[in-house]
Amino acid sequence: MRAPGRLRALRAFVLKELWHILRDRQTLTILLLMPLAQVVLFGFAIRTDVTDIRVAIVDQAVDADSKALHARFAGTSRFRIVATGPTTHLLEPLFRRGAVDVALVIPPGLANDLAAGAPARLQLITDASNPNTGSTMQAYAGAVIAGWQADLPGTRAGLQVVPQVRMRFNQTLESVNLFVPGLIALVLTLVTALMTAISLSREMERGTLEVLLVSPLHPWQIILGKVAPYLLLAFANVVTALVAAWVVFQVPLRGSLLLLLGASMLYSLVGLALGVLVAARTGSQRTAMIGAMLVTMLPSTLLSGMIFPIASLPTPLQIVSNVVPARWFIVVVRGIMLKGAGVVHLWQEFTILTAIFLLLLVAATRSFKERLA
Amino acid sequence: MTLAIEVRDLTRRFGDFTAVDAISVEVRAGEVFGFLGANGAGKTTAIRMLIGLLAPTSGSARVAGFDVLTQSEDVRRNIGYMSQRFSLYDDLTVSENITLYGGIYGLDDATISARMDAMLQTLDLASARRSMVRSLPLGWKQKLAFSVAMLHRPRVVFLDEPTGGVDPITRRQFWEMIYAAAAEGTTVFATTHYMDEAEYCDRLSIMVDGRIAAMGTPGELKAAYNAPSLDEVFVRLARPAA
Amino acid sequence: MRTLRFLLRKEFLQILRDPALVRMLFMIPIVQLMILSNAATFEVKRSRMHVVDHDHSARSAAVIQRLVASGRFVATEASNSVQRGDDALMRRNVEMILVIPHGFESDLVRTRAAQVQVLLNAEDGAAAGVTQSYVREVLARYAAEQSVALAAVASARPEAPPGRGVPRVELRTRGWYNPELDYRHYMVPGILVQLLTIVGTLLTAMNVVREKEAGTLEQLNVTPIPRATFIAAKLIPLWVIAMVVLTIGLIVGRLVFTVPMLGPLWLVFAGAALYLLAALGIGLWISAVTETQQQAMFVNFAMLMVYLLMSGLFTPIASMPPWAQWVARANPMMHFIALMRGVMLRGAGPVDVLPQLGVLAVSAALVLSIAIWRYQKRAS
Repeated sequence: MRAPGRLRALRAFVLKELWHILRDRQTLTILLLMPLAQVVLFGFAIRTDVTDIRVAIVDQAVDADSKALHARFAGTSRFRIVATGPTTHLLEPLFRRGAVDVALVIPPGLANDLAAGAPARLQLITDASNPNTGSTMQAYAGAVIAGWQADLPGTRAGLQVVPQVRMRFNQTLESVNLFVPGLIALVLTLVTALMTAISLSREMERGTLEVLLVSPLHPWQIILGKVAPYLLLAFANVVTALVAAWVVFQVPLRGSLLLLLGASMLYSLVGLALGVLVAARTGSQRTAMIGAMLVTMLPSTLLSGMIFPIASLPTPLQIVSNVVPARWFIVVVRGIMLKGAGVVHLWQEFTILTAIFLLLLVAATRSFKERLA
Repeated sequence: MTLAIEVRDLTRRFGDFTAVDAISVEVRAGEVFGFLGANGAGKTTAIRMLIGLLAPTSGSARVAGFDVLTQSEDVRRNIGYMSQRFSLYDDLTVSENITLYGGIYGLDDATISARMDAMLQTLDLASARRSMVRSLPLGWKQKLAFSVAMLHRPRVVFLDEPTGGVDPITRRQFWEMIYAAAAEGTTVFATTHYMDEAEYCDRLSIMVDGRIAAMGTPGELKAAYNAPSLDEVFVRLARPAA
Repeated sequence: MRTLRFLLRKEFLQILRDPALVRMLFMIPIVQLMILSNAATFEVKRSRMHVVDHDHSARSAAVIQRLVASGRFVATEASNSVQRGDDALMRRNVEMILVIPHGFESDLVRTRAAQVQVLLNAEDGAAAGVTQSYVREVLARYAAEQSVALAAVASARPEAPPGRGVPRVELRTRGWYNPELDYRHYMVPGILVQLLTIVGTLLTAMNVVREKEAGTLEQLNVTPIPRATFIAAKLIPLWVIAMVVLTIGLIVGRLVFTVPMLGPLWLVFAGAALYLLAALGIGLWISAVTETQQQAMFVNFAMLMVYLLMSGLFTPIASMPPWAQWVARANPMMHFIALMRGVMLRGAGPVDVLPQLGVLAVSAALVLSIAIWRYQKRAS
């Protein structure tokens, strides 16, 4: 067959795949709406800070100073007093039910001790079953108590070393700014790797792939035809997420849009190669899907720095994270969007992504040939 | 004379499109009835309404003496169905498939095993009892599917293009099985594309654009259209639609 | 009942004949627990720091030394230009810049208050927030020590306040239920819930849609199988599998991460039993509205995302805006996570988690009714 003819065949094939996707309204709607819904959820609903802390106060003193301490907690917006009582017996059941987060135990004779200069022993109990929020709550409660203490007559203000903290590249720590890059990575992984894996294994399951293989198309053209529409879809998704983030939450784009789109395409290629590899390595749609989830979704969310900082990982997982493409991609997207970084700053990440892509491509081609041989 | 299938003005519309347009058919008990029509003429839609997979827009139908709208579970107990898509479980063995359907229709264990033995004997599949259905040749799968559809001795069996894609010898054997079933009193309602198969039917109807354009014995139809073969009758009726 | 027996046999056979599936089903809980529970932490191990010390005093050196001694910071670079530091921040060579301004020490001694500047790379916001709190902690401790040291100097002078003593407050803090602050103890119960949800919902949906694609569902629909029997036959095997997955997960959590089980074990299984009914029912509902496995997976995935985000697994529910909290309350997953954490970590008993059990029972009943109602043999 002459080259132009083959090219025409390829075009026809790509169009067929595209129609396939476009006709499936349901999937298409979800595909296009999902990034939108997620941007909104992350932007409006998800907060990593701790607010509305429920306090129980066990007041064994009931005097002017202990009342002042009550008032301190009642006066903050962060704390809400949900229980008070004279003995510590009430605490255990409250904590067990998860009805309080923090308990303050005030010793008997608080005012007397303070006046006499005897140490007043306050006890602060936190529900530390979640260590993160536990220590945060403890710090907030400690600050309230310190405020109360500073106002006690006779107290001399202590020394202060005040850090003036500047959050570079994201001054207000807006969670949307932080999550949008990760979100783009996640959606791209889903659309490219997962969808390709399933769609390819579906054709293998049905035997339609064999029909295509006896056609005059090259195997690589068939693969290209299968993945090209998903590449297009991935592109649409990046744009949707970016527009949503920008219009609704004014997430900045400080660097080059072109570079960002280029990086997205590179990352999509990685995802597609991974999808082909998974499809070639698994038998049925069901296993392909679970396999794809295992090798894509899990690492892309957990070992990529999207939610949890890479620096927090134990060393073995940090090493593993190096081969997770999403890890590098997220650095690139954050760099471009939040820091305005350019190729000068990001060339290493680009190189690594390209290398991963080439490796996956070789592996995918090889497995695919074995599978069909 | 009892009627196994009684259809009155049965209609099904999808939006503006009328797939089945007020058809009326009567099939006598024990008859082999051929339900013919070009692709897209509405045959499958009509069958789906008769076996309770699709609700009619209007009209009524009784199958094996029960109303398909109000007594659908009674209908289901008394019919067998084999679709153009092969639909036994690929990843179960021959005997597991038979046991499953026997159990679904509430046969007791002794009956299931007796009928299974007889069936595998007839089909010459005794040695394949423990093979996965996936590994059987298509022709065997079709014959097996038909036998499974007949396992609970239904009063009416619906066959939707049962012989698609199989060789002429298997097709002949298949029709022998159909005749054997009819001889035992089962009413057979079958769609087909093969006109030679249509010749085997006691009576047949030809559907064109959702309506029944002609009905009668093969002989009557050939006489009415003054045609040498059913092929000719079919082409004359169906051409305007094409 | 007899029919159910035959259908169950078929379902189990089909699942067990897919060895790849079975293998993955048992590997996933282990792999996921291993990775997720280790990965899901915001604690920052060690931040690299670029130091710009304009003061060059004993106390500025002490501040830097204190930060390093805390084990959380490493001073990898130093210069006298913030610009240089910012460039390092941009290139991700450091996570933080510490600037100690000229006059730091004299301010501290004379006015009892001094400032330092801390610049953090906030592109990784969670890490930046945590690092910030570490810095504050170290600096506050340093200031307190200096207070004492300077006060000792001061009290040597004859101007100590007469009469009323200086009020002294000792604050003892205790963290209950997780004194070692092991974050994995907190994560494991939540991850198990997530796992059950994925296994249950996804497999159910796929299982039914698979039959749709193969045409066998149509075959079943022309038989007189009662609807509830069909649903039961689809749910029971996956319910059993999910319970096995849970058991494996609990064992791994116990052996590898020493996650406690302070409350009664049966309560965890009781909660799971109810929750799974709801989760599997949602899978059935998905299978009713989709035609292909690809679609089913997709719808499932979209739902799972919302589920997970609104479940309190990673972020506290109480911090959400009120409308989002209402949405979260309608999410059975959130209640089951609360139950698991309560029973396992805080030793909650049946009475303590009665509200959660109630919600789970109601959602199971509701979802299953909808699933049975939505499953129609006859298309309208």
